[in-house]
Amino acid sequence: MAIDKNEYQKTVEKIKPKPPVLKNCLLAFLMGGFVCLLGEVLFHFLRGYGISEKDGYTVVSVVFILISAILTGTGIYDDLVRIFGAGLIVPITGFANSMVSPALEHKQEGLVLGVGAKLFTVAGPVIIYGVLSSLIVAIILRGLGKL
Amino acid sequence: MRQTREFANPPVVLGYATIAGPKEGEGPLATYFDKIINNLYYYEDTWEKAEQKMFLEVVEMALQKASVKKEEVDFFLAGDLLNQIISANFVAKSLGIPFFGLYNACATFYEGLILGAMLIAGGFAKKVLVGVSSHYATVERQYRNPTEQGVQKTPTSQWTVTGAAAVVLGEGEGKIKIPRVTVGKALDYGMFDPSDMGGAMAPAAFDTLLAHFKETGLSYDYYDLMATGDLARFGWQILVKLLQERNINFGQRLTDCGIMIYRPDQQVNAGGSGTACSALVTAGYVFNELSQGKIHKFLGIGTGALLSQVTSQQGMSIPVIAHAVSFECY
Repeated sequence: MAIDKNEYQKTVEKIKPKPPVLKNCLLAFLMGGFVCLLGEVLFHFLRGYGISEKDGYTVVSVVFILISAILTGTGIYDDLVRIFGAGLIVPITGFANSMVSPALEHKQEGLVLGVGAKLFTVAGPVIIYGVLSSLIVAIILRGLGKL
Repeated sequence: MRQTREFANPPVVLGYATIAGPKEGEGPLATYFDKIINNLYYYEDTWEKAEQKMFLEVVEMALQKASVKKEEVDFFLAGDLLNQIISANFVAKSLGIPFFGLYNACATFYEGLILGAMLIAGGFAKKVLVGVSSHYATVERQYRNPTEQGVQKTPTSQWTVTGAAAVVLGEGEGKIKIPRVTVGKALDYGMFDPSDMGGAMAPAAFDTLLAHFKETGLSYDYYDLMATGDLARFGWQILVKLLQERNINFGQRLTDCGIMIYRPDQQVNAGGSGTACSALVTAGYVFNELSQGKIHKFLGIGTGALLSQVTSQQGMSIPVIAHAVSFECY
């Protein structure tokens, strides 16, 4: 009556429900596009008030980070991500969520050992490998004489 | 008998109580719980304190319902899902009853019932208190991500049940008896996905279930109802398939606590999990049905995934366990 390990893993793979990849991709695509559209609208609105192009990009980012932080704090952001997935994880709003959520979570353990120590638990790897990969790209481009 | 023990004088359930969280309180079993808390903080400033408060309260409620004083209880057996089983330890500190801390992940409630029944049947105790708790937010932050972090979960993932349950076991007269138990072995079927506990635990439930019938010699249609702990929809389907491959068909008589505790539209993916999952369903729904005579013979199979974040991250597969306890009431 014993179960064969390999046989079992095959059975599981057969029954295991697959994530709805197509639906997830489509929703992520639409939401990601919508976030970009909002950014464009805000950018041109700011430009209309005479803000320079460089400052315009910065202000858009700051506004998005603020909106994401508020939506995280009010418990809405994670519900939205459940539906729209990568469409809200990839933009800067996702990064803001990954900073605010551990801060909220660990404030119970104090400002130093809680918030301070745990703030980068989610975003930390993104920053480390982001910096590292841009360094490698820079070295390659330099070698090709393009930088 | 290697895993099963039958009791000549079956220990009995003297009293039981359940407290459920907000989401469980909106589920199909809401009317069976003694109390439903409407907020995960339960008027405390941290989730951990909320869990301990709920746990201590349910223990006191069970003692009251059993008309048993703290001083009469020989041993307190308790566990939960947090590191160093802190919820159980802090409750034990408040109670002052000789204490055993237990950990078998989501099978802890059934582990406690087995040990409690054995202590009584072996003559080492007259009254034993068994209690467990789990809390969605404390578990989520310990094992997974910050609760407010946006994550898209897989269809096989499960929702940790918030709740606590306590049972007072004793000897002599009582409606609900525990005639036999089957102790599970820790097994490993080479499953690696921590977001698919049901798939990892299904073979453990299968193994203990078959050991129970083989060692007791009972026929497959002996029990009115059987429920696995928290395999949830997907794990339960696998278990049913494993059984069917061996021409065993329990039909409607085999269900799962992780499926029962939530409605499918409650955004819980595959279903419920957590120590409180099987505990709330058993001490809430099943005990009520038994005492009202709606069912007479029940077999519960508590299932647990014995992994930690560290073992998962280091690439080790998930050990699993399942303990079976039968409850009968005539």
